[in-house]
Amino acid sequence: MSTTKQTFEIYSLKKYRKYILVLKYNSIHLHKILETKNYKCKMFKKTLFFISLITLFFTVKTTAQHDQTKEHEVTHVTPQDTHSTEHSTKKLSFKDQIKADINHHLLDSHSFDFTHDKENHKYYGFPLPVILWDNGIHFFMSSKLKHGEDVAESNGNYYKLYHSKIYKTDAQGTINYEEGAKYPSNISPLDFSITKSVFMIMLVGLLMFLLFGGLAKSYKSNGMIAKGAGRFFEPIILYVRDEIAIPNIGQKHYKKYMSFLLTVFFFIWFLNLLGLTPLGVNVTGNFTVTAALAIMVYLITTFTAKKDYWMHILWMPGVPVILRPVLALIELLGTIIKPFSLMIRLYANIMAGHVVLMSIIGLMFIFKSWIGSPLSFGLAFLLSLLELLVAALQAYIFTMLSALYFGAASEEHEHEEAH
Amino acid sequence: MTGLNFVGAGLIVIGAGLGIGKIGGSAMDAIARQPEASGKIQTAMLIAAALIEGIGFAALFAA
Repeated sequence: MSTTKQTFEIYSLKKYRKYILVLKYNSIHLHKILETKNYKCKMFKKTLFFISLITLFFTVKTTAQHDQTKEHEVTHVTPQDTHSTEHSTKKLSFKDQIKADINHHLLDSHSFDFTHDKENHKYYGFPLPVILWDNGIHFFMSSKLKHGEDVAESNGNYYKLYHSKIYKTDAQGTINYEEGAKYPSNISPLDFSITKSVFMIMLVGLLMFLLFGGLAKSYKSNGMIAKGAGRFFEPIILYVRDEIAIPNIGQKHYKKYMSFLLTVFFFIWFLNLLGLTPLGVNVTGNFTVTAALAIMVYLITTFTAKKDYWMHILWMPGVPVILRPVLALIELLGTIIKPFSLMIRLYANIMAGHVVLMSIIGLMFIFKSWIGSPLSFGLAFLLSLLELLVAALQAYIFTMLSALYFGAASEEHEHEEAH
Repeated sequence: MTGLNFVGAGLIVIGAGLGIGKIGGSAMDAIARQPEASGKIQTAMLIAAALIEGIGFAALFAA
């Protein structure tokens, strides 16, 4: 068993060495290319293309919103429908319209809308399945809910979408409010539906599976070097292993945790990047998604912890015996607070970034002057660049701190009484 | 005193800004002293900045 382990170590190092040789060859070759004019021309064209792609990206994002507000000013008020609640389709003020658009980008929804036009009841996008548990499974497509304007009927129960939540109502779709309560008093069933965020999580999971699975399989046929897109990801994976996992967890135990660290890094990074696109998906800026990741970190640290970890928490050596119960309580709280802070950090960074960005884009439409709007656009552009950095940074920080916690859990060392 | 929320938010930002500024400053000093360790110092600086910002955001939600 040990010989196979040994050969594996040498084998992986060999791969590493080949990679370094390839890199050296490329860098020497590159130096010669740099001197020729041809390369400079190509590089210039590439950067121009990239910059234009970015600006196109963000202008598409802003024009998508611009179209809605333009149409809002042109069309007239649609007649109110009979199932009218507080938020029927009456003419919203400009600021409320912007707020509604911002909410559309930041919040989760039951159907995947790319853009919508509430006044004309036009929605561009596709519906997602709604799965409810209310003494029996109810399964229907969210097109039945008609974006909150109609009552959906399923197996004798009626459901209505009100403020992005599904409530159980009667056939008329009445929403009851208690005296002065903030939320309606209708029951809302357990909601297991595939919402926009869930759909994006599944999509990103599938993407990562195909991408990295394909990359791993391609090593065999390519003679142990990565080709094509794999060349971009391999240094990152090696970075996660050599700079994040091994320094924090140690050479002996890092392999157990590598799969989780890699998954979490790329998962958060890809989801953050997708949140910056005009699609309006905001997955990591959602308490529940980050809470799930933090809970997983907590479970892994708790269940793969060694005896030394619990000794340090509950009965620490080197501390007077009287103080130990007090410190044990605080340390136990600490084990919960550390994943909690992971959750809050990721959620707050991403959510705050999106809110500020959307608000500045909205500001562009409030300043209807010749100088205010381009300045807001410039600011939004710069902030988007910052958001790109934050996307990668938050993924890195989450992974690094998880590795730190895993390292604390799995370290084992001999210590004397005075630690 | 309904506007005290915003005064609290301002105080939080002052605290976070001071903390991260101090870390950035000492990181600059350290890099000036020993330029070859700049990679490690940069990494440590980013980690500390993210931790402080985490507290800042958590407090901003309470305010």
